[in-house]
Amino acid sequence: MTNEAGLSEEHSVSVERLTKTFPHGNRMLVALQEVTLEVQAGEFVCVVGASGSGKSTLLNVLAGLEGATAGQAHVHGRVALMFQEPALLPWLTTAENVELALELRHVRRAERKATAQELLELVHLHGFEKRRPHELSGGMKHRVALARALAQDADVLLMDEPFAALDAITRDLLHEELVRLWSSKGLTILFVTHNAREAVRLGDRVLVFTSRPGRVAHEIRVDLPRPRSLDSPELAVIAGRITERLKQETRLRVG
Amino acid sequence: MSAEAEPLAVAELTAPAETLAEPSRPRQPGRFLSWLWPKLAAVALGLGIWQLVVWSGWKPDYVLPGPLPVFQRLAQDLGQADFYTGVAVTMRRALTGYAIAVVIGSAVGLLVARVPTVRKAVGHAILGLQSMPSIAWFPLAILLFQLSEGAILFVVILGAAPAVTVGLLSGVDHVQPLLVRVGRVMGARGLGLYRHVILPAALPGFVSGLKQGWAFAWRSLMAGEIIGVVSHVPSLGQQLQVARDFADAEQLLALMIVIFVIGVVVDLAFGFADRSIRRRWGLLV
Repeated sequence: MTNEAGLSEEHSVSVERLTKTFPHGNRMLVALQEVTLEVQAGEFVCVVGASGSGKSTLLNVLAGLEGATAGQAHVHGRVALMFQEPALLPWLTTAENVELALELRHVRRAERKATAQELLELVHLHGFEKRRPHELSGGMKHRVALARALAQDADVLLMDEPFAALDAITRDLLHEELVRLWSSKGLTILFVTHNAREAVRLGDRVLVFTSRPGRVAHEIRVDLPRPRSLDSPELAVIAGRITERLKQETRLRVG
Repeated sequence: MSAEAEPLAVAELTAPAETLAEPSRPRQPGRFLSWLWPKLAAVALGLGIWQLVVWSGWKPDYVLPGPLPVFQRLAQDLGQADFYTGVAVTMRRALTGYAIAVVIGSAVGLLVARVPTVRKAVGHAILGLQSMPSIAWFPLAILLFQLSEGAILFVVILGAAPAVTVGLLSGVDHVQPLLVRVGRVMGARGLGLYRHVILPAALPGFVSGLKQGWAFAWRSLMAGEIIGVVSHVPSLGQQLQVARDFADAEQLLALMIVIFVIGVVVDLAFGFADRSIRRRWGLLV
């Protein structure tokens, strides 16, 4: 079940020769250099790169939080972005956090409560509607963040190392949830991580980013059947190859 | 994998439910007592020092009476209508001036926060205004409004509004950038972003600005009443001045205790607001 049934020629995300520079002291820092990539509708694509490789910048440009310096970045349809931190609003309850996303896309008041409830059930947080973020565990906060992202009814979900700060077991559970939601809801996901195993566990394709400037150096298609296990030897082999390439890239850049 | 993961999923979801049971805040008498006794002890210490100074004979009794006659006088005052008229006049002025100051201060704060050019233009001026002793405004206020309620109101507002503005600005400045980004990702823009994300996130700073603003309003008002801007209407400050004119030290100290107690009560209210916000946010240790 690779979710490629609905694969059309339509691209959900298309990035063409995207360049992004930042002023850094008195010189320009090139975060992204002529990055070109495409994500098809319904596809799960992971971007792996060392820190500082411009992965987050790519997502910020796609989410419209930052402008491109040159080139183009297009997302077809609605886009949601999940950050490394759950970034829940601390003055709102779990349900209110999700309802706010609904309100901001103009869902009628009468529907918001029920929809938020459904979404929280979807991420297994039934009964936690009235909790405030500080009363939840790290994994639960991320579940709320996921429900909130789903509440935005996005066609494309951009994820910026969303589970990096979690313990391995909680992270693995959330991976399962994510894959389940992705395949049942027909989402398109662009997932950024520095963890090669995580990328292979989740993605249909893995794009390996170089650092400074960020570019797509390699593309690996992952044909392993789903559900995948983080501990399967096949997965480890592919992840090993990616890690090797990342190391090469890093060595080249660093010296 | 999934067979193995399932029980873990259950464990993750149920374990916090027990440990995170509604933070209980029992209203036991023991708790209240442990909150109360240090305060009572401090009051007793204060009164004790006062009494010792009186006993030392540093000043004659009619200049510095001891706590006992002062509290007797206070009890006597509490039985008289004049006293309540004075308190009512003072509180009405304070609340009116403060309310107007909060509205103006918030509006200006919002404008300054929203428009960078305005901020560059008047940001420092507002800080300067806040540190200006409000009593320095009275000569101008009296020229503009003569010896009237208007003059008092003018100074109370000018004393309190900058503090409210500064509080709001500092609240807005300390909003986590990540929360703003989240708001934008969810589609909030412009005023919507303010309404749903920035202003609620700025609430703790705003409340401390409100508290500061109250302190300034209260001080400005007392200054105005004591210098006799409107000397024919009985008010706390005016009665204080009358007590001095008649060298009625007992009355003077009794009134000062009333002014002090009002300050403490208001401060308790702000403290309560601040604590309930921090409790909601999970910032209370």
